[in-house]
Amino acid sequence: MIRSFKNNIKGILIEGLTLSSALLIIAIVVVMVTVIVIGGKDQISWEFLTSFPEDGMTKGGIFPAIYGTALLVILMSVAAVPFGTITAIYLTEYAKENSVIAKTIRFAVRTLAVIPSIIYGLFGLGFFIKFVGTQMDNTFMGGELKWGQPNILWASLTMALLTLPVVIVSVEEALKTVPNDLRAASLALGATKWQTIWKVVLPGSISGIMTGTILAVSRGAGEVAPILFTGVAYYVATLPASLSDQFMVLGYHIYVMTTQSANVDQTMPIQFGTTLVLLMLTFILNISAIVLRYRIRKKKSN
Amino acid sequence: MTKKTKKGKISTQSESGLIDITRKKFRWSDYLAEKVIKGTAFLSITIIVLIFVFVFRESVPIFSTAKAPAQTEIHSDANQQQETYGEVTDQPAAPEVQETYGEVTDSSEHAETTDESYTVSAGSGHDDNQTALKTLLTKDWVPVSEKPRYGILALLVGTFKITFISILFAAPLAILAALYTASFASRRVKEIIKPTIELLAGFPSVVIGFFALMVLATFLQDVFHYDTRLNSFVGGIAMGIAAIPIIFTITEDALTAVPKSFYEASLALGASKWQTAFFVILPAATPGIFAAVLLGIGRVFGETMIALMATGNAAQMGLNPFESVRTLAATIGAEMAEVVFGDTHYNVLFLIGSLLFIFTFVINAIAEFYVKGKLMKRIQGK
Repeated sequence: MIRSFKNNIKGILIEGLTLSSALLIIAIVVVMVTVIVIGGKDQISWEFLTSFPEDGMTKGGIFPAIYGTALLVILMSVAAVPFGTITAIYLTEYAKENSVIAKTIRFAVRTLAVIPSIIYGLFGLGFFIKFVGTQMDNTFMGGELKWGQPNILWASLTMALLTLPVVIVSVEEALKTVPNDLRAASLALGATKWQTIWKVVLPGSISGIMTGTILAVSRGAGEVAPILFTGVAYYVATLPASLSDQFMVLGYHIYVMTTQSANVDQTMPIQFGTTLVLLMLTFILNISAIVLRYRIRKKKSN
Repeated sequence: MTKKTKKGKISTQSESGLIDITRKKFRWSDYLAEKVIKGTAFLSITIIVLIFVFVFRESVPIFSTAKAPAQTEIHSDANQQQETYGEVTDQPAAPEVQETYGEVTDSSEHAETTDESYTVSAGSGHDDNQTALKTLLTKDWVPVSEKPRYGILALLVGTFKITFISILFAAPLAILAALYTASFASRRVKEIIKPTIELLAGFPSVVIGFFALMVLATFLQDVFHYDTRLNSFVGGIAMGIAAIPIIFTITEDALTAVPKSFYEASLALGASKWQTAFFVILPAATPGIFAAVLLGIGRVFGETMIALMATGNAAQMGLNPFESVRTLAATIGAEMAEVVFGDTHYNVLFLIGSLLFIFTFVINAIAEFYVKGKLMKRIQGK
């Protein structure tokens, strides 16, 4: 009797310990969001979102940073989504589950997912700018410097590499939810494998591709380290008009304003405002991805 | 022809046995599609190889002193890049690089400084690489000076210290929370915890860094009364926050992968719910939890933005957690933009990058292979 009572107390304590850990994590998230919302909400206005920085970034808005972020993630998606989708198709439709090739590719994808983002930045600099870019300059521009320097194209491609695993994993999960009966039915009707994939499997997993894209965009919008030396700029007076231009990005804007600016206190409201905008952007994207994925999983369990 | 048909048959056979009856015609479109898809799938492997080759390639000159003359040539041509590159980051109002050059008064100064460093490094390119190699294992990180020293020991110590602090903070928290979610939580509570963690995983690291810099640093200083506002403790906690989702998710996966029969058997033997959770489920999932912590370490080790914003960025060797530190990743992030392309400092930064890459690669490989083997064995009861 006494022993079971003691055990009960112990049980309650231990369960309480695990519960409080979970609560603490939730509390951290809530506190972070609250602090940033409270600090930034007064700053958010139509003008802040649509005007250029003024007076050496101490006043004005963040429009070029928003525009740059949008352009970056669009270019990035154009590169990452098709390649990611095709890799996922190979893994689920063509490769045998336990073949060496499939295993190696999966390992490569997971490795890509854990490589620090700064390494992608170094790679972008070493490969895209110094290797590809310089080669392009030598061949097409007659040695004149155009592509062999940081710009939005190289930044987007670097970011695309970083977000590739995100797309692959999401699409793969979605492709697996397409029932095998559908594939068999299509093949039995005389469709080829490619026709089956194109007409049956892909339409059935379009929401998974969407989820992957959204998650990739959310990741790409928030990452700064990969683009630090592949194209982002502290301040550019005009919006990027061609692929060889530099650009501004929300995340880098926050970083620069908090650490490199001379009067950190004066720009505090802008910093909070920018952080809030970036956080809301990733939040909206993430929540829609979570909802979409929830639906896919529901469909799978049915 | 028959050979090709056979091939088509084999590839479809794995999907279902039905196809055997219908002998399909060979189609070029199908054949091409398969080849293209297969080729693209190799992209991930190619990228890994390319990353390794290109990050390492830029750090090679340090090791080869014979290459010194070629090195100087690269200098002259790389220097032009550096000038324009530096200009755009420093100068407001630089829509087109070539135009602003010379127009803005400031840029002339800038050009001068780079020219100086150019002559210095070009003149002593050979010696520079040698001194770099010699000073690599010292504790002085002074890359920009008359006598540059590239000792990465302080950076290594800083990185390990901050990794240790953040894992000490994040791992218990995330593992216990995962245990709660997997073993005790009701369905409804799970539906609150899991999306919240997913949201946390979606937090850009620059936002966590901003929070640490603006709020957390002040708060922790008020509580613990230390002198330096930004130090490895603040940075460690902030990076821990970034690592929590990874550790939580993988641990939770490992816990839920433990077969239901373990749970039922334990309850049937008279163990209570918490005893089952702690003495049956948790031990059974140890390899998975180990992998989770490893991947958490990998995440923190290479984290750049939080390190740049919240650690104080001073290369110090001390073990006191309330001292400022400088991590390997932060060093790359802070200095790469100001470095002369192709000079020794640049190469050393790439060498640090190679170190980071190898470290995370190994960690991931251990997590992957160790866990796959162990977890399978345990769950299958061998």
